[in-house]
Amino acid sequence: MKVLLHNRSMLPGAILTLLFTGAAIISLVWVPYDITILNIADRMKSPSLLHPFGTDQFGRDILSMIMVGARTSIAVALVAVGIGMLAGVPLGLTAAARKGSLPDEVIMRSNDLVFAFPSLLIAVMITAVFGASALNAIIAIGIFNIPVFARLTRGASLTLWSREYVMAARVAGKGRARISVEHILPNVMNLLIVQGTIQFSLGILAEAGLSYVGLGAQPPTASWGRMLADSQTMISLAPHLALFPGLAILLTVLGLNLLGDGLRDLLDPKLRRSRA
Amino acid sequence: MGLKKFGSGLISVLALAASISIAEAKSDIIVAMQLEPPHLDPTSAAAGAIDSVLYSNVFEGLTRFGPDGSVNPGLAESWEISEDGKTYTFKLHEGVKFHDGTDMTAEDVKFSLDRARADDSANAQKALFAGIESVEVVDPQTVTVTLNEANSNFLFNMAWGDAVIVAPETIADIKTNPVGTGAFKFSDWVQGDRIDLEKNPDYWGTPANLDTVTFKFISDPTAAFASVMAEDVNAFVGFPAPENLPQFEADPRFQVLVGSTEGETILAMNNKLPPFDNAKVRQAVAHAIDRQAIIDGAMFGYGTPIGTHFAPHNPDYVDLTELSAHDPELSKKLLAEAGFPDGFETTLKLPPPSYARRGGEIIASQLRAIGIETEISNLEWAQWLEQVFRGKDYGLTIVSHTEPMDIGIYARPDYYFQYDNPEFQKLFEAITSENDPEKRSELLKQAEEMIAKDYVNGYLFQLAFPTVADARIKGLWKNQPTQATDLTAVSWEE
Repeated sequence: MKVLLHNRSMLPGAILTLLFTGAAIISLVWVPYDITILNIADRMKSPSLLHPFGTDQFGRDILSMIMVGARTSIAVALVAVGIGMLAGVPLGLTAAARKGSLPDEVIMRSNDLVFAFPSLLIAVMITAVFGASALNAIIAIGIFNIPVFARLTRGASLTLWSREYVMAARVAGKGRARISVEHILPNVMNLLIVQGTIQFSLGILAEAGLSYVGLGAQPPTASWGRMLADSQTMISLAPHLALFPGLAILLTVLGLNLLGDGLRDLLDPKLRRSRA
Repeated sequence: MGLKKFGSGLISVLALAASISIAEAKSDIIVAMQLEPPHLDPTSAAAGAIDSVLYSNVFEGLTRFGPDGSVNPGLAESWEISEDGKTYTFKLHEGVKFHDGTDMTAEDVKFSLDRARADDSANAQKALFAGIESVEVVDPQTVTVTLNEANSNFLFNMAWGDAVIVAPETIADIKTNPVGTGAFKFSDWVQGDRIDLEKNPDYWGTPANLDTVTFKFISDPTAAFASVMAEDVNAFVGFPAPENLPQFEADPRFQVLVGSTEGETILAMNNKLPPFDNAKVRQAVAHAIDRQAIIDGAMFGYGTPIGTHFAPHNPDYVDLTELSAHDPELSKKLLAEAGFPDGFETTLKLPPPSYARRGGEIIASQLRAIGIETEISNLEWAQWLEQVFRGKDYGLTIVSHTEPMDIGIYARPDYYFQYDNPEFQKLFEAITSENDPEKRSELLKQAEEMIAKDYVNGYLFQLAFPTVADARIKGLWKNQPTQATDLTAVSWEE
């Protein structure tokens, strides 16, 4: 706990992240106003006590939209990072366990292939082919998360494979797969968690980007990116329409990055040693 | 040089400068619009963007639409109609030349009309020419058109952009190098950016005031706003973001013209797809719609509510909005009677314009209030044409029908909303062959009522046509009786 308080980026990061995950979780059971009901007469109201963030071009409460949008963003990013980890980590472990073999080459060169394309471009391609929806956005973002985790896992695992305790395990007759799971994976977990937080924030950005161009979650599902896109022609009339979703994206991504930095400082044994 | 002399010299220089600036009143214009034409042949595509650039500017027909929608003489200076209404004898203007220098004669008229009505014609509005039995050249300035039966609409039909006169010698390249008879000739097309026209010095009629015209294509509403604000363009016809209009109105640099169009914006229902094959369901949908909320929410108040597929500025229009007044309770009752007490689920496919995208979200919420859940999918135009217009794979869609006097589409059972009513088809036949204006108007009103009472589609509003232009520009069309940006009478105030 003391470390947590002393870590300068950890605390604000954790607070911001908690704030938005909290908003998303609360929105599952309660939002100030039902966002599926449009109230044209109340549109584009400036922030007030009734509507702290004002209302949008259809008279929906922007605070409620942000809360539900947080849910969309977090759900998309979380599942996408999950896909990346579930597929990428085993691939990386396998590649490291059989370094230089054919499976290693196949896995790593396929990763290079996916990496060669700009990530958002792949996402646009996937959603253009299979249609725009939150699910396709998840798949698209998930796919370009796979090589990130595969590479990280392989790189970190390779150094572990030359450690004495792994040697000992091999001498004791443990198979490569078992060593990977029992000895390698626990030791790369720290790195994966840190990378996961960073990828999570990138996932939120990607979701916002995709729905900004209309390829993410479809209406009436609220999404920060689409809120921005819808409000851009009205920015001179009612700036708050764009301000709040923009701030939400900014602060969430900032929070997750700070949290990632903090976690790295906390979990990285080298840094911990140097601090001590 | 004395000071006095210097002073008088300065004054004369100033006077000279002033006189130059007066003599050089602006003679060029940059007009922006949202959609770029796919090619430049108005006689072989449905794309309205082609007419928006070329109609009346480059191509002319026998007759032409005026800014108020009236049908005026075009290349034909006068005509005679036989007693039985079947034979039209057109007298063509003398000395009309195509932009390549060749004469426009009766032969060209015959070629154009025969080409448009041929079996293999690619004309998007072949129905306009369907009644033509033969086209005869009497002499180079006279042409006779014989119809199967009297058609009161014939002169109106000939004013369409799809009926312009083209030359056989230049037809091969028309899609990239259009050669017409208009006051402007085509000069350059930079695809994805702009089309340039220049003044036709040999024009047969009143010459244009402008020397050069540039049409720029800006599809993004935000970019459209910025380009007008920065005065990168002199005018934007069909400005896509109605929410910005009050800002332009308040700015003395600009004038805002909000005109009417022939664009009936409808919530189209797939009449052959259950449950929309049930008239009660369609009626329930119609009563669930709050038109004013859609006009305010999607168009920021610009638009006139309609109750049928007919333009409100037309003298034959009947206000039938009461037939489908906003009444969610009645909707729920009708749904229950139709066997859907708990509502149902359907698709709502939306093309890109803001009337559809925003209107769709509002309609989805209004339908949810009566128990109909819609799955919204936002489509690009190409996808929309593929899935909805040609594939008929949809439940609901929103689109604006911008062709003038297009109630005839309800007589086509294979049209995308698939309304198949023999009674209406008979009625529409009677309308086309009726020559007496009063009886015709009576029949038209019947037709309007029939489709409104059948609740074929949800009738939303007549699309407004906003033009934002430099305050010094005169002569722009305010209304859109047809898709056109007629610049022949446009000039800069001095």
